This record gives sequence, structure tokens and C-alpha cells, in this order.
Amino acid sequence: MKTIEELNKIRAEKRIELDLRKNTNADTREKHILVCQGTGCTSSKSPQILENFNKIIKEKGIENVRVIKTGCFGLCAKGPIVIIRPEDTFYAMVTPEDCEEIIQSHIIEGKVVDRLLCKDIDSTKVTKLDDLTFYKKQKRIALKNCGVINPEDIDEYIAFDGYRALGRVLFEMDSEEVIQTLEKSGLRGRGGAGFPTGKKWRTTRDAKGEKKYVVCNADEGDPGAFMDRSILEGDPHAVLEAMEIAGFAVGAEKGYIYVRAEYPIAVHRLQIAIDQAREYGILGKNIFGTNFNFDIEIRLGAGAFVCGEETALLESIEGRRGQPRVKPPYPATSGLWGCPTLINNVETYANIAQIILKGADWYSSIGTATSKGTKVFALGGNVNNVGLVEVPMGTTLREIVFDIGGGIPNGREFKAAQTGGPSGGCIPKEHLDTPIDYESLKEIGSMMGSGGLIVMDDTKCMVCLAKFYLQFTVSESCGKCTPCRIGTKRMLEILERLCSGEGDEYDIYKLEKLAANIKKASICGLGQSAPNPVISTMKYFREEFRQHAIEKECKAMECKALSRIEIDEDKCKACGLCQRNCPVNAIEGEGREKRHINQDKCIKCTTCVRSCPFHAIG
Amino acid sequence: MVNLKIDDKKVCVPEGTTILDAAKQAGIDIPTLCFLKDINEVGDCRMCIVEVEGRRGFATSCIQTVEEGMVVHTHTPNVLEARHTILDLIISNHSKDCLTCTRSGNCELQDLAIKFNVLDIEFKGERTEHKIDDKSPSIVRDFNKCILCRRCVATCKNVQNIGAIDCIERGFESCISTTYDHSLNDVNCTFCGQCIESCPTGALHEKENINDVWAKLKDPDTFVVVQTAPSIRVALGEEFGMEIGTNVTGKMVSALKALGFDKVFDTNTGADFTIMEEATEFVRRFKENDHLPMTTSCCPGWVRFAEMEYPENLDHLSSCKSPHQMFGAIIKSYYAEKNNIDPSKIYVVSVMPCIAKKYECKREEMEVKGYRDVDAVITTRELARMIKQANIEFEKLEDETFDNPMGEATGAAAIFGVTGGVMEAALRTAYELITGEELQKLEFEEVRGAKGIKKASIQIGEKEVKVAVAHGLGNARKVMEEIKNGTADYSFVEVMACPGGCIMGGGQPIKNSKTRMTVDVRAKRAAAMYSIDERSTIRKSHENPILKEIYKEYIGQPGEHKAHELLHTHYTPMEEYRI
Amino acid sequence: MCECVENKIRQEVNEIMQPYKQEKDNLIQILNEIQEKYGYIPKVAQQEVSKYLGVPMAEIYGVITFYARFTLEPKGKYNISVCLGTACFVKGSQAILDRLKERLKLEEGKTSEDGKFSIDTTRCVGACGIAPVFTVNDEVYGHATVKKLDEVLDELEKV
Repeated sequence: MKTIEELNKIRAEKRIELDLRKNTNADTREKHILVCQGTGCTSSKSPQILENFNKIIKEKGIENVRVIKTGCFGLCAKGPIVIIRPEDTFYAMVTPEDCEEIIQSHIIEGKVVDRLLCKDIDSTKVTKLDDLTFYKKQKRIALKNCGVINPEDIDEYIAFDGYRALGRVLFEMDSEEVIQTLEKSGLRGRGGAGFPTGKKWRTTRDAKGEKKYVVCNADEGDPGAFMDRSILEGDPHAVLEAMEIAGFAVGAEKGYIYVRAEYPIAVHRLQIAIDQAREYGILGKNIFGTNFNFDIEIRLGAGAFVCGEETALLESIEGRRGQPRVKPPYPATSGLWGCPTLINNVETYANIAQIILKGADWYSSIGTATSKGTKVFALGGNVNNVGLVEVPMGTTLREIVFDIGGGIPNGREFKAAQTGGPSGGCIPKEHLDTPIDYESLKEIGSMMGSGGLIVMDDTKCMVCLAKFYLQFTVSESCGKCTPCRIGTKRMLEILERLCSGEGDEYDIYKLEKLAANIKKASICGLGQSAPNPVISTMKYFREEFRQHAIEKECKAMECKALSRIEIDEDKCKACGLCQRNCPVNAIEGEGREKRHINQDKCIKCTTCVRSCPFHAIG
Repeated sequence: MVNLKIDDKKVCVPEGTTILDAAKQAGIDIPTLCFLKDINEVGDCRMCIVEVEGRRGFATSCIQTVEEGMVVHTHTPNVLEARHTILDLIISNHSKDCLTCTRSGNCELQDLAIKFNVLDIEFKGERTEHKIDDKSPSIVRDFNKCILCRRCVATCKNVQNIGAIDCIERGFESCISTTYDHSLNDVNCTFCGQCIESCPTGALHEKENINDVWAKLKDPDTFVVVQTAPSIRVALGEEFGMEIGTNVTGKMVSALKALGFDKVFDTNTGADFTIMEEATEFVRRFKENDHLPMTTSCCPGWVRFAEMEYPENLDHLSSCKSPHQMFGAIIKSYYAEKNNIDPSKIYVVSVMPCIAKKYECKREEMEVKGYRDVDAVITTRELARMIKQANIEFEKLEDETFDNPMGEATGAAAIFGVTGGVMEAALRTAYELITGEELQKLEFEEVRGAKGIKKASIQIGEKEVKVAVAHGLGNARKVMEEIKNGTADYSFVEVMACPGGCIMGGGQPIKNSKTRMTVDVRAKRAAAMYSIDERSTIRKSHENPILKEIYKEYIGQPGEHKAHELLHTHYTPMEEYRI
Repeated sequence: MCECVENKIRQEVNEIMQPYKQEKDNLIQILNEIQEKYGYIPKVAQQEVSKYLGVPMAEIYGVITFYARFTLEPKGKYNISVCLGTACFVKGSQAILDRLKERLKLEEGKTSEDGKFSIDTTRCVGACGIAPVFTVNDEVYGHATVKKLDEVLDELEKV
């Protein structure tokens, strides 16, 4: 593409063609069947759904219907998801066998397939995606194209203003203006720590160095978080465009995207996007006919959480073990091969083009005083609507869990939510109304993190949870510095002792001492934050730790050595459901008899507890 | 210059100075463990943490540099508690068998444990246990004592450019090992022993041969001869608290006699033989342009390196055995014959600054007529241990001299142990062999000093001879690459595997990080060697009267039949990884 | 491994490396391709990479053992992997892993002697919506329970 005019032409043409994607009243006879091809839906056979639709349409010779693969719609719990535009009909939990009926009934006869509609929290069936409570409180900026466009078609990205921001930057702005816009927008790093993005760009630009690099951190390792993956899968060009803008602003000609090899779909789509952008002349030499050159290379991670730490990531790109470097110097002054390097996270990049297009004032009008814009969360755990949500900063945890997330399943109680993954902390019930922003979360002992938000109900043991995170840290510690390498192991050993009934009061003191010193003395963010899950659970659930240590009791019954599962005879209705679900036939009793558990056989898997409709088991 | 405050002291240091260095200059000591100046500056162990006002978390003083107006506190209660915790954690995963450890008394971890008054381990738990690797004749690796400072890895990889060991696995399972956890014997390790010199604990040490030697000393039927390498005498004293670079030749000989060795000879005489042979070989090869450049071959680490990594270039190596092997062969032939001793009853012990020599003496080809040239090699450190075991008060010993008839060697041989020394000694002889004229100035300053690769051009008669000296295997590799690519424009190369030469060999007294930070150990030991040369009456190998006599009486001409049988060897290409 | 197989691997690995410059930063890229091709990283492959990039074997071994994706042994015919991401953990994936280990009498990361099964754990396969999940090779089993795992294992054992 030699000129910006060519881009404008594609946009104008394509925008009309794709109007039905966003406009329910679009004046068209065409229909688009959008099938989610994100990782979640893909693992539930959505590629076969896509295939079936195409086959049936071909067989029946139906015209004016296109089947489009898209990225994640967000409501993964209801996947695989199919949406039909322009009318915006939302079908949930579709199977490949349902395709025939959808085509016949919806497309040919014009009748909505009632049984495949999604139920909202109040059990009413909802026809349109936008009517779901799940979507109502969301504001989509980073995810704006996810589930709307075909991520493997650059034209669709261009249709919805793609690469327009890059054009504007190259033709109408200089580096200083770009950076000032970012600074004014108040955008902060979405990778977790929340460093002001504009400031980072400025430092990198001002750093001395002949060569500079732009890196995209797509090594999303936080277990249970999949924001970045969804963006890469659903809207890869948004990241490329932002990296190019960054290259222009800081004076770099080369960019790397460091992405987990465990994300094959994301890698595949990124590569397609890079190839298409290169072919269009939007990436590579003389972009839009200007003298700006910028190219991007994908580097695969190979399964090391620590590589999400920026200096470890740099080490990995350079072909070494991902062991972090001591900071300062920061990558902005000395990064890849010692050159100034700008590293931002995927979600951060996904905001850039829109800030450029809509202005800093627009962006900074969203959110709270110190945290601007939106944040994407991967909502998971014991919550009804598991999925990807994007909310304005300042939304409360309660809104996310109960309104968007639809509350806790199986009639259980909310116990805590965990943000920030292994680096973050637990937020108990009393802080449900905390507005979510960087400062507030930090104040209550957690952190924003990259966006994992795991909800836990009252069957969860907090000592166990702390142990789970420590297990994670221990297995992911790089082993470079002493406090993290040995210290976290010792913390884990203590937690294991507590969970197996071998702990004592002194262990709690030891945990605290270790936590404090590991936090202060470790080299990198992983080590420095590794004790956080322990510190925060001890802060809010100290009593549980005490029970484990002294009374040798796990009230949540997760710690097998400290628990005994019993059936409350008063509540048991002899339905036998527990018996059928028990994997080891430990539940005895027949017919109308109240059931009881043979403790010798019981492996304390708690399957029965979860399966009992009368909450009789505990 | 940058102004800062450390523990309320005003300090002014150049930009780029680390906090650790700045503190040192202000007389403030900050504990370190993984830090090894210029070699391992990574901040892994976290012992050197300090507080910097206005900064979140601790600063890493060994790598982070000073900033204008910085206010540093090196021993706040916070810092002390963290350091204590870290030390506790390190020791919790350590074998703690100090009483039976070769490094007891010279262990940086032990020093810190004493300093921090570690009386109990608070955070006990699982230990990573590993089998000990003692397969090689030279080196023992005991990971159970490793604290993962990675000083050895940095030395092996960055200084020596070998990379036989690296950090493997991750997290708590991390350990320092070889590929597939094989023995060092079977991988690309050259046995230079530099890793031992950099190890703060007893995780790496030489394979001890002390007991073999004691056993022979005890046996009345064995005639035990000891020879000491040129660089032992300038380092042995350090093991008895003497100043670095003290020449203790007399006391050393005296101690060896006290230990009960039947004869105490000087490997320097062997070095004179090496020069005779090597200079003769060089002169011939130079004239015939036969596989030039010719490289020296007295360093077994270097030879092993060449056999593994440059098997196709082995023709460039001189065929000369190393001095102690030559000398051993002469002891068991000429000396045995002359003194009517059954060579099978002679047991030759070499005291060497080197652990590769232990491997060298066991090489199959190092024998003549079925008699091993050398039977056992012990290091400077092992000799010191023997002296201590025998309760000999080293400092109080009277000086004695080497036994005759092979006691006296030249100044040329004395400098063999320092980088450039072999070259200088060979040039003194080669010059006179080629020109037949007397060399006026004996010192070849161009090949002295610490520079990694030294190149010089020397006018010998009408010919200009270009030479190169490389020390440290990293530099040796650079030279070998030039030879391999055909870009080497020099005729004679001296290579020593250890940076600085044998005076800094893997068998020499181990200097801790703090000492290496403040004292130029290499320069001090080198100075002592050069001063021995200066004070020598004979400073050219070919003028050594004993040599003249032995050649005349027994060997014949250098480089000829008998000389070849006794004093020369051959090389065999070796797979880098025999796994 | 017989010599002809080794030579074949050597040749194939050199073909894989060919498009890459002989620069160290390509190490992880190359290892990823080798892992992908063979399901593990054979020793001879490491030797070729070592020669090609000039990186010592110990360092390559260090890199392989650092990154969880790289393995030194081939995986079982059925590689069963339990997701231990937080979303799955909270929904009980630990019980599934425990059961799997008990059933197969295998530890994590190990392959059964007959080469039929191997056990792995992963951190999030991206199917949090249907947590807890386990995978058998590339197939994802969602909403997993101990019972469901037993059924799957029963089936596989029959094969």
C-alpha cells in the first residue's frame, strides 16, 4: 500500500459491506453467521460447527449467507457460541448437530431456534446478545473487534477503522504528540503493575541508543487468565498497529511479539495478520509510502511463567533461560541486547489505536481518578458466567461477580475473589464494593494483575488456596535468586504441613517472616509478589490458618487429612444422587434409606458434597 | 564524579561505580556470596542487598551503580533480617558437613555463617540431593555443597569459553551440572580447574591424591621422588598465611624433605628440557615451514581442549611433553640408571599448580618402556595439607636447596609458570640456536603482562619471527580460530589454559572474592616469578650445565631419536561429548 | 537409538535449522520446532543445534530443562494432561489429577513403561468456561469429574 488513500478506499467499501455486523437495522439481505473460534469454543468443537454450516449452506444452495469465524464473544461458559447478524440472535451451547436446525429454522424459515437461546440470570430467555445482563455493564474498547470481525481478514479490521490511527500518526503527528496523547489519556500498563504507558514510551524514546526495540508481552502465564489470548485470537491487527505506532513514537524499526507456544491459535492468527499487513505494505519498509520502516517477528515462549516478567522475557528472546535481570536499569534504557526497549502488554497495545483516534480526553473520561479506561478480566471459578469481561475502571467487584458474572452457582455463598493470580491476593466479602482500580486493589492487599479474576465459594479452603498458589510459584520460580528459589519452597512446605495437620502455631510466624523477606529481597516481580497470596489470605482468613495449625481442622473440607465428610441425616432425602456420583462407591444405603459414608473407602474428593441438591453433605 | 552518602559517610566516586565498590572505598564492608569481580556480577544470592532511601525494596549493591545524592544504608535492621533469612535459607539446602570438607576454613559460606552467628536453621526443609561426580582423575563435583552462586558457570562459560557446566532445571530443582548430568570426565571439560578457584564453597575441588602419596612414603621399598613446578614456590606460602607472591622455595624444599621424600627435585629442570626440545623443534619447523604456527604443548588443559575442539589442527601442537612428564621420564631412565635404582621402584610425585596434570599423568602414552613418567600429581593445596597434617611449622623452617644432580635450573625455566614465560624462555634459546650469537636483552616485555592475547614480532638474525601468547581458553579459542581460518600470521604460539598462566592454575591456593576484589593476585605471583629469573645466574635453558651433561652423556641431540622416545608425545582427536 | 535413526534425525534437524541464522537468539525457536516434530528433543538433535549455533551442550540442556514445554523423553501414546489453572483448580482439578496418578500409578511428567500413557499438568488450556478440564493428546474434556476421567481411562485401557 503506497498511500493512505488506498487504505481509506478499502475502509469505505468494506464498511458498507460489513455494516450488518454492528447495525441491527442494516439495510441488507445478507446474513452473517458468526461462529466463535476462540480457544474455549474451539475445544468444544466449534470448528466442526463452522464446517457444518458451510457444508449445509453449500448443499442447500443458500445465497446471501456467510459463515464467519470470529474471536471470543466473552461468555465462554455458554460456548460454543453462534451469533446471527444483523438481527443479533445469540445461540448458546451449540453443537455441530444443531447447525441443520439453525439453518432450516432461522435462516430459511425465519424462526428463532428457541431451545438454543441463552438464559439470563433471571432464567428468562434472551434473544439478543446485547440484552444479556452479562454484556450490559461492559464497555468494550480493547475487545471491540472480538467477536465482530474475522481476525484472519485484514480487510475486516480495516473496515472498522483499522490502521487509521497508524495513518494519522504517520501523516499528522510527531513522536512528541503521540506520547503526549498517551500521557494525557492516563493509560497505564495492563500487564499488572500499572506503570503509566506514556511515561514508558517517553523514557524509551529519550534513552540513548542507535537501535531500539518494541516488544509485545503476550506471555500470559497467569493461570486462569486469557484476556491477551482472546485479543490476539480475535483482533491481532490491533496489536500490530499499536506496536507500529509505538515504533514510530520511540524510534524503533523492529518489534517482537513474545507469545506462549501454548497458544497455537493466537500464534497462527498473528502470523496471518503479519503476513497480510506485510503484503499490504502496512508493515515492513516504507509504510504507506513514508520513510517509516517497522517489522515484527513472533517469538515463542516455551512454558515458563517467569518469562512474563519483562527482563526474563528479554533473556528468553535472546535465546537463554528466562532468568530476570536486576532492575534498574530498566528495559526502557537497556533492554534487548542492551538497547532501549519498549515492552507493553497485549491489552495495553489494544487500547492505543483508539486513544489516538478518539483522543486522550475521551479515554480519560472513562474510569476513576487514577485509573483510566477499561480493564478486561477473565472471570472464572465458582461463578455462573465464566468468561471474558471488559468493564470501566471503578466498577465494583460486586457488579462484576453478581451482575455480570451472574453470582455463585449451586446456591453457595461467595467467599472470596482472587485477582492478580499468583502475584495477587484475595478479596473477601467485606470488600466486595471496592471499586476496581490499581490503587484500591493494592490498598486491600491484592493487585490488578493482568486480569485473572477467580471467584471462590464457601467450599474453598483458604490455606489450600494459598498452597495452590505457592505450588505454582515454586514450580515456576526460575531459581536464580535465593529468596524465591528456596524461600518459596519453604513457604510451600509450611503450607503443606498446615494442610496435612502437621503444622503448629510457630509455622504461622515462620510464614509471615519468610513472606516479608522474600517480598523485599527477591530480584524480580515474580519473587517479590510470590508471598502475596499467603499474605492476603492470612490477613483476611487468619482464623482458618489458626484452625489448621492448632485445632487441626479444615472447615471447608478441602484438606483431606483435616476433614471428614458426613451426610446430615436430617437433610438427606435419600435421592441417591451422591451414591451414583461417588467414584469409589463409598456411600452406602439403599432405596429409601438415608445414605451414609463409609469412611474407610472415602477418598474425600467431595464430589458428593457438590452433587447433593439438598446441601446435606459436608 | 558522583556524590553519595553511605551509612552517613560522604563518598565521592566516579560515575558507574557500584554501590559495593563505593562502600569498599569508604571502608564499609558489605557481605557478598555470588559476587566475583569482573566474572560474576549478577546479584543472585541477595546477600549484598542494601537500603537506598526513596527506593522500593532493596538495592543490589554488587551491580547497581551509584547515583548523585543517593543515601545508602548497609545495615539497617531490615537489611540484617533479610540477609540472615537468606543465609538461613541457603544453609537449609546445604550439606553442612564442614568438619569433613576440604574448604573448611577457607569457605565463604562458612565465613558468613560465623559472622551472622547462625546457630540454628530456622527454615528447615527438603534438600536437593545429588550424587557426587568423581569419575574424572582431576575434579570432583559435589552439588550438595553448591549454593548456586554460578561463579563457576560464569568462569567456565565466559572466561574460559567452554561451557561444560551450566544451570539446569529450574526453581528449587535448579542445579549446576553438565549436559544430561554426565560426569565432567565425559563432556567438554578441559580440567583447567578455574571453576574450583571461583567456587566459594567445597562444591568443586580437586581429586585428592594425598593418600596415594602417603602410602608410598610409608613403603620402605619405594624410592619416592618429588618434583615441584615453577609456580608452586610463589604460592605455597599463602596457605600458611604469608603474603601473596612470597617466594618460599627454601622452606618448600625443606618441608618436602621433612615429609620424607627420598629426593626433592625441581620441575624447572624439566622446563629447561622442554625449552631445549621445543626451541629445537620450532627452529626446524620454522625453517621447513612445517605446520606453522607451532603451539606450545606444556599445558594439559590446553592439549585436552585442542584434542576435543580442534581435532583437525593437532599438527600445530609441539610434540614436546610437558616439563614434569619429561622430567619424570628422565628420572626413571637417566637418573635411575646412573644411580643404579630399579625404575620400577621409583615413584615420581609432581607438585603442580594444576588439576589437569592429574589427568595428564594418567594419559596412556605418558610412559617410557612401561614405566609411567609420573605416578602421582598433587596440587599446591594438597601439598599444604600434607605439610599441615605432618604438623610441620612451615613458617619456621630453615631454607634448604633442591637435591642434586638435577637441582639447579635456569631463570628461563622459572618463568614457565606465568603467561608469556614459555615463549620468553623459548625465544632466548631459539635466538641463539638460529643466530649463534649471544642475546643481549633477555627480557621480552611484549609477551609479559595480563593482556589476553599478546602478539609480538621479534627480529632473529635476518628473519622476523611473529609470535602470539594466549592465556585463558577463551583467548586460546580466538587464536585457534585464526589458525583454522588460515588468518594466523604468526609462527609460534604459547597457550596456557588458565588466565595468567600456571601461577593462577586450578591447583593453586584459592583466594576468596574479597581478596580478588582488592588484590591483583596474578600480578603479585608473576612479579615473584620474574624476580627469581632476574636473580638467577643462568637465565637461558641451553646454558644449563646439567642439561648439557645429560644430553651429552645420555640423550644425544635434542629432537633426535632418544629425545623423542623420552621427551615427546602425540595427540589423539577426541569427541567433545563422549556420552 | 541406532545409527541410521540418529543420522536421519541429524539430517532433519539441520533442515529445520537451515532457515535460521546461526545466531544464539534462535535457540528457543529451533528447539520449539524440534519438540513439535519429535514430541521431545533427542540428544543427537541437541548436538546438531550446539554445533550450528555454537552454544555449548550444557547450556542447551539448561534451556531445555528450564522451559516446561521442552521434554527429553517421548510422551506416551496417550498424553493425559490435567489443567491446574486457577479456574480449573477452584473447580476441583486437583482431585482429577490425584485420581489420574492413582489409576495409572504414574507421577507427573512420566511415561508408563509400555509407552501407552503419560501424565502432564498444564496451566490453563484456555477452556476456563468448561472448567475443570483435562486433555488426552489434543482432545479437551470439559466439565470433568473423577467419574468422567475413570470412564475415559476405561475406554483407553481397552484400546
